[in-house]
Amino acid sequence: MFVEEKTGLIEEIDKLVAKYGNTRSSLLPILHEIQKKYRYISDFAQQEIAKRLKIHPVEVYSVISFYSFLNSEPKGRNLVRICKSIVCDMKGKDAIVKALERELGIKIGETTPDKKITLEYLNCMGLCDHAPAMAINDRVYTDLTPEKAVELVNNIK
Amino acid sequence: MESGKTKRSGTVIFSAYERGAAIKKALSLSRNDILFELKNSGLKGRGGAGFPTATKWMLTAAAVSDKKYLICNADEGEPGTFKDRVLLIEYPELVFDAMVVGGYTIGADEGIVYLRGEYEYLIDSLNDYLEEMRKDNLLGENILGKNGFNFDIKIFLGEGAYVCGEETALIESLEGQRGEARNRPPYPVNTGYLGKPTCVNNVETLATISHIIVKGSEWYKQFGSDKSKGTKLFSISGDCERPGVYELEWGTKISEVLELVGAKDAKAVQVGGASGICLNSSQFDRTLAYEDIPTGGSIIIFNKSRNMLKVLKNFMEFFVEESCGQCTPCRIGNVKLLEGIKMIEENKFTFKQINKLKELAETMKIASKCGLGQSSPNPFLSILENFKDEIFNHSGGGSYA
Repeated sequence: MFVEEKTGLIEEIDKLVAKYGNTRSSLLPILHEIQKKYRYISDFAQQEIAKRLKIHPVEVYSVISFYSFLNSEPKGRNLVRICKSIVCDMKGKDAIVKALERELGIKIGETTPDKKITLEYLNCMGLCDHAPAMAINDRVYTDLTPEKAVELVNNIK
Repeated sequence: MESGKTKRSGTVIFSAYERGAAIKKALSLSRNDILFELKNSGLKGRGGAGFPTATKWMLTAAAVSDKKYLICNADEGEPGTFKDRVLLIEYPELVFDAMVVGGYTIGADEGIVYLRGEYEYLIDSLNDYLEEMRKDNLLGENILGKNGFNFDIKIFLGEGAYVCGEETALIESLEGQRGEARNRPPYPVNTGYLGKPTCVNNVETLATISHIIVKGSEWYKQFGSDKSKGTKLFSISGDCERPGVYELEWGTKISEVLELVGAKDAKAVQVGGASGICLNSSQFDRTLAYEDIPTGGSIIIFNKSRNMLKVLKNFMEFFVEESCGQCTPCRIGNVKLLEGIKMIEENKFTFKQINKLKELAETMKIASKCGLGQSSPNPFLSILENFKDEIFNHSGGGSYA
């Protein structure tokens, strides 16, 4: 990591600690925002957060490893997640996944070589009445067809 | 994604309600009056466990502490459940008003909504709504002129862990820990968030409370069955013409539900989400009620083209992923049940093995630490039992067509 990246990250963490407070209860909100901005929580970020909350860095890692929305490894700049729970599965999730895999040239769970997109599964998103559903970053899309899903993913900048 | 209000109709939750009405009414009553109304209504927790809501509020109200919390459990993660999403988008006033009423009744000044990470797209509109409430003094200090009654609500985002719907795991998560269920006792009503008395209520429970406070428990009790009072929201999806959220009285038959949503070709109905039970067509005259089939409200319909073993496999894969790994029966049990399903799929099983797995499933129900492992064997047991002809008796002799 370059020095300016580190400085930027430290500034960001300081800002978040000021916003949420330096107690353990602030850990998830802080991790959430770092995850959202950087798409992962680096070792360095984990150490800096731990220092400010006065806990051991491995405590931070432990929490990150528990929650499926938090990652300690870099991912693509955009996260495309397809719901694989029962109703979306019944309503054609497989066809959508196959179409996206074909279009992007990667398998589910992988990231495109240009690091633009990571393709993943997600458990029930609570959109079963509009299945199949997927999320692109923080937005959700419902009643998908393979064609519509591919179009949405191709429109990601 | 949908936006704006869909026209819904229902006898209780979807009936007319004026924003702030429950708060106004509650502040004119004593705490005991409110607790009495709630007790008289017979309302039980709508998340699925069915614990009497009045008892929870009474215990938290009776706990002596300088600080108490009221938490709204919006970690709706059960596959096939989406009623809380609809309530939070279309009826936030019902949920938040009841939180204020709860704060007043149990003596809490802080409310927290634990919103599942998958619903992050709701957070801006919910925060805007809370801001409106603050402007109208429905939140904040000396609410509606009631001296000394202060209450505010904040929203906390989950990070994609199903187990955090369990209330003690939820509290662990709020405290910045891994979402692992706690040993009980102590119960959250005495030792909850940050060690303080904490009342955790489901989104739908709260929404119902707002109506009970305004219209009274006698009004509420006229709906429902003898032993299950009132109505329930059902998230209905799968093979039907009109999936969605429906408000139905307790005591409704499965067959009536199928009729309502236009499920013409149903052979199976999973009640209660992935952790619920699966019924076959001979059981469609059973009723949705605490005395027959209690449920958190998810109904998934399968038509004749569906392979029930594949359905079961999807459920068990979910539990293997979502088990927090803390206790052995759940961590290993779910993996073993999934292995059993794969054995059946490949036709490499003996009935002796399957019977052992059924015993294991019963053990998990008793020995698991929290509701996840206690209920994850439900689909395994009910699908293998209710669809044994389809799963085991396909080949060899008989009249299979």
